[in-house]
Amino acid sequence: MEHPSLISVVDYGLGNLRAFVNIYNQLNIPVQIADSEEKLLESTKIVLPGVGSFDWALSKLEKSGLIGLLENLVLEKKVPVLGVCVGMQIMGTESEEGEKKGLNWIPGQVVKFSSKYAKEKLILPHMGWNHIEDATRLNLVDKKTTGQKFYFLHSYHFVPHDTEHILAQTEYHYRFASVVGKDNIYGVQFHPEKSHNFGIEILKRFSEL
Amino acid sequence: MLEPRIIPCLLLQGNSLVKTVNFSSPKYVGDPLNAVKIFNEKAVDELLLLDVAATVDGYPPNLKLIREIAAECRMPLCYAGGISCSDQISEIISLGVEKVGLGTVAVENPEIITQAVREVGSQSIVAIMDVVKKKYSKNYELVTRRGKNRTGITPLEFVSNMQALGCGEVLINNVDRDGLMQGYDHELIALIRANSAIPITVLGGAGSLEDIIKVVEEFGVVGVAAGSLFVFKGTYKAVLINYLSNSDRAQILSCLKQ
Repeated sequence: MEHPSLISVVDYGLGNLRAFVNIYNQLNIPVQIADSEEKLLESTKIVLPGVGSFDWALSKLEKSGLIGLLENLVLEKKVPVLGVCVGMQIMGTESEEGEKKGLNWIPGQVVKFSSKYAKEKLILPHMGWNHIEDATRLNLVDKKTTGQKFYFLHSYHFVPHDTEHILAQTEYHYRFASVVGKDNIYGVQFHPEKSHNFGIEILKRFSEL
Repeated sequence: MLEPRIIPCLLLQGNSLVKTVNFSSPKYVGDPLNAVKIFNEKAVDELLLLDVAATVDGYPPNLKLIREIAAECRMPLCYAGGISCSDQISEIISLGVEKVGLGTVAVENPEIITQAVREVGSQSIVAIMDVVKKKYSKNYELVTRRGKNRTGITPLEFVSNMQALGCGEVLINNVDRDGLMQGYDHELIALIRANSAIPITVLGGAGSLEDIIKVVEEFGVVGVAAGSLFVFKGTYKAVLINYLSNSDRAQILSCLKQ
């Protein structure tokens, strides 16, 4: 049976839930804030937001009691999921920022920007508007639009074990993975919900997957 | 390539927006949600929202209003004002605010920063320094409580402490230049840039596009915030929310590449 499309923004006490909801409302795309298993079960797409530190985000997610069902939906039922910022980082295996184990949906390490490869004095966090490159395999952006930029705010970045899982890179002293993906799982390091029309386009295309 | 952030700064007093001169004489400039909607349309880089009355009038952050503003913002938001404990910081972040600024509390009770950093991460904690120049002296000094309290702390002491505690950004606000629209204090900015490794945002004194360009020319990728410039228009300071045009932006970016 075909379910009507419904995007769930996972509410585990973190992130810009309302910013996502507002954008989808303006696009006339059905959206809900999901803070329970019942709601999560109805979703055809899942947005996993996140602000803060790696361990804090994971402990909040554990407390929400939603991890089991999330894993079932994402890994078994292949429901498309979009992790945002720390919501993306916790999809990795582990992080230099914390001690907790990540979800390991996309195998990889989350590491701090390294001054070893910095061109000049390394200012952290990487904060502000930056561009994406090498995005030929990324179906979440309109490749015809020039000058696309997105808002970044982070000191750690995702390094997938398999470079196949890098869908776009961004230059800050060196190139790092700013969009990752594996099957139905997507992660963006920047904040599409705070990146004006460029970010809205990503959220729209995610809803159309 | 990372771009400099050009940031409108809105001052909140209760539920209204105001603009001050040298931290005094607040003038009503409008409704915050309306201003955010206009700044959405103009695709601003980031928004800075400072509740300038909260600490001195002794009221906590207006969570209801912050929640409404954060939901409306299609750009990153930094909120500051009236914060006294780290629980408030986590709560504000969970409302969908990207960054929380700490001014008076960072001087009076810096311990709360350690816990806040552990919970919400360095990238979301901004240290705010309100700076004046001492009378008959060439030295800068931090002030707190909306400029009413002199601390004897130098900007360098403060930024080094804040960085050690894990703050992810420092906002340099020159009180002497607030609302005068006569340009930024480059000497102060140079002092902090040379002695810090976190992003800086400068505030206080912008009167024209040229003032912003001068900062980017000298300091490259930094945050450049302005109040009066983006809320007033013309000699008589008529209230008109405005922002950079595309050609203004191109001009700012072109001076980066040199």
